[in-house]
Amino acid sequence: MVDSAIRVGTANGAARGGLHRLMRRKSTIAFFMALPLIALLAALVAYPAGYAVYLAMLSKSMERFVGFGNFTFLFGRDTFWQVVYQSCLFAITAVVFKAIIGFVVAHFVHNIPAKGQRKWRGMLLVPWVIPPAMSTLAWLWLFDPSYSAFNWVFDHIGIGRVPWLGEAAWARFSVILVNVWIGAPFFMIMYLAALKSVPDQLYEAAAIDGASWWQRIWYITLPMMRNIIAITALFSLIVTFANFDIVRVLTAGGPLDYTHIFGTWAFRVGIEGGDIPLGAAVSLFMVPILAVAAIFILRDITRRGSEV
Amino acid sequence: MQKSKFTRRRFMATTAAASAVVAAPFVRTANAAGKLSVGLWDHWVPGANAATKTAIEEWAAKEKVDVSIDFITSQGNKILLTIAAEEQARSGHDIMAMATWQPAERARNLEPVDDIMAPLIKQNGPVNATVEYLGKIGGKWVAVPATVGSQLKGPCSRIDYLKQFAGIDLKAMYPAGSAPKADGWTTDSFLKAAEACHKGGHPFGIGLGTTSDSVDSAGAFFHAFGAMLVDAKGNITVKTDPVRQALDYYKRLMAFLPPDVPSWDDASNNKWLVSGRGSMIMNPPSAWAVAKRDAPQIAEQLWTHGFPAGPKGRHGPFLPYFWGIWSFGKNKPAAKALLTHLSQPKAIESMVVASQGYDIPAYANLTTLKVWAEEGPPKGTLYHYPNPHNHQILSIAAAPAPHKIAVQIYTQAIQTKMAVRHFQGEPMEKTLDWAAKEVEGFMRT
Repeated sequence: MVDSAIRVGTANGAARGGLHRLMRRKSTIAFFMALPLIALLAALVAYPAGYAVYLAMLSKSMERFVGFGNFTFLFGRDTFWQVVYQSCLFAITAVVFKAIIGFVVAHFVHNIPAKGQRKWRGMLLVPWVIPPAMSTLAWLWLFDPSYSAFNWVFDHIGIGRVPWLGEAAWARFSVILVNVWIGAPFFMIMYLAALKSVPDQLYEAAAIDGASWWQRIWYITLPMMRNIIAITALFSLIVTFANFDIVRVLTAGGPLDYTHIFGTWAFRVGIEGGDIPLGAAVSLFMVPILAVAAIFILRDITRRGSEV
Repeated sequence: MQKSKFTRRRFMATTAAASAVVAAPFVRTANAAGKLSVGLWDHWVPGANAATKTAIEEWAAKEKVDVSIDFITSQGNKILLTIAAEEQARSGHDIMAMATWQPAERARNLEPVDDIMAPLIKQNGPVNATVEYLGKIGGKWVAVPATVGSQLKGPCSRIDYLKQFAGIDLKAMYPAGSAPKADGWTTDSFLKAAEACHKGGHPFGIGLGTTSDSVDSAGAFFHAFGAMLVDAKGNITVKTDPVRQALDYYKRLMAFLPPDVPSWDDASNNKWLVSGRGSMIMNPPSAWAVAKRDAPQIAEQLWTHGFPAGPKGRHGPFLPYFWGIWSFGKNKPAAKALLTHLSQPKAIESMVVASQGYDIPAYANLTTLKVWAEEGPPKGTLYHYPNPHNHQILSIAAAPAPHKIAVQIYTQAIQTKMAVRHFQGEPMEKTLDWAAKEVEGFMRT
């Protein structure tokens, strides 16, 4: 009887000691400190994402579970493939142009004497800091089918009117142009920060070795900026793929659905068309595309990080 | 063990009590009716909300109900998103304003209102077939036709341009105060007028985008040719002669429209008319109201009138709004009582007046209110707007297809896309193939 009491007491003590040790571990403390954030992420990210997956597997009337039925249905729709094409075209073209323009402008700004640089940086950031829905509205007026300010100028200088939003190719060009206008300053500021962190000694050494302007860019600037270029491109690719406001305000997906991207088409099908499961399925198609892009880019960054 | 004896007397008493609870009578005593939450459409016309608010407040004060009202804009689809969110959450307002297709879309979560619709129809006159198609689902009324927001998108034309370029005297064809004399106003004469005004440098402005105004116009022209993409039984009828005729007509018409109409939205046609460039648009009197404020010399030349007649009749695109009561609403008896109050002729007239004639009641006896005859300038410009002589068949694009299919045809703007595709050079049969495949995709359940 006494023995058993001692054994129980020892077991309780061991359990208490184990719990005590567990609670004193740094990882446990870190977990508890991060718990509010984890809870927030679960509520605001995991739950909506899970709910979207659940919705995407319901029938149109939301009364039956159809598994991957909505996804296989979409594979058979011409409009869906048009949306896939346009989403890729929109995101990739816009990111490439934003990167090129951001890179060039960052160099210009970098070469401005420090005294006046802040003003230029501030002015160049304006398109990025204005809420896109507002600035896109201004672009809509510039592209307006009947009263385009651009066309008014073109009329006066003898160039014909351009159907900015009325023809597929021009409409695609217009939505990409506005996205580049809004997003390029972000690239510019990121690249500018990266440029400032490249040690001047590297350029001085290259200059002594007789490196040309192009060689300095190719062998010093770009390698030193690789990680920031990759991360900026990935971040922008995700945001551009998930864009909604620019296309919605400018063309609402028209003409003839040629400018629809995943977000706008999901809204058209799900909310406006009342087919919420299909809309959820459309919006989920962004996930695998972005996941693949993220894996490749982040793997490359990790590899270079370990090389360093 | 205690046994309870269930006597006939006790059965009667229990049944009566249960009936009273189920029927949940709306008891008019101080605060007995509790609270009521109402989500209404935020009207375009400045001041138009006031009439509805006043009517609700009068009722609330009389019936001792604590009513809260939210006017929700349709800008950015805010009201549509609110409806979708409330339906998903099964929580929100008791009464919700719902545009055209929403009652059919949300029918399973709406409280049937047959008990109030029957007396309202008896009192106010019958509703048109489009209102019934959109509001009576599966043989039951699921929403009450709302005056606020209901509109007819007929032609609003320039009196001077039509006379000058096309030789059409609009005021003689649609005289204020009397029945139309528009037998000659057909799709053929419409096409000739479109050509003449185009030559005169002031083309008709009929949108062919994907928004409501464009879709409604296309729907009316398709109906004029008897062209439907899906029939009432759900059969695909895309590849039929009436559809071919409608497409062919649109191809000829588009040649006389501004070249950018495929990118027009619901604001484009208004701007086209108010700027003085256009001689006709298809719109409720909001464009005229804006012109009255911003360009009075143009407003004086505007006349709202009927659609041209096609081989299968004269169809005017009618877009009714509804008031629905959520089945999960907390105070359904009070909600029904309020909707009955808002559907009384006095309340309806006050709403129509406050909207400057924009809103059209769904009931036959209430389409001849004074306001439409008196609004101006020019006086009588809105007389024919509410179709007072039943001159047009009030219809909606995509009808009579089953609702789940029709709403997709409508929101995906299949008819305008067909017209644009064919006009841009796609062979007729290829356009029909494309449309048939799209419509087939809408058959999902």
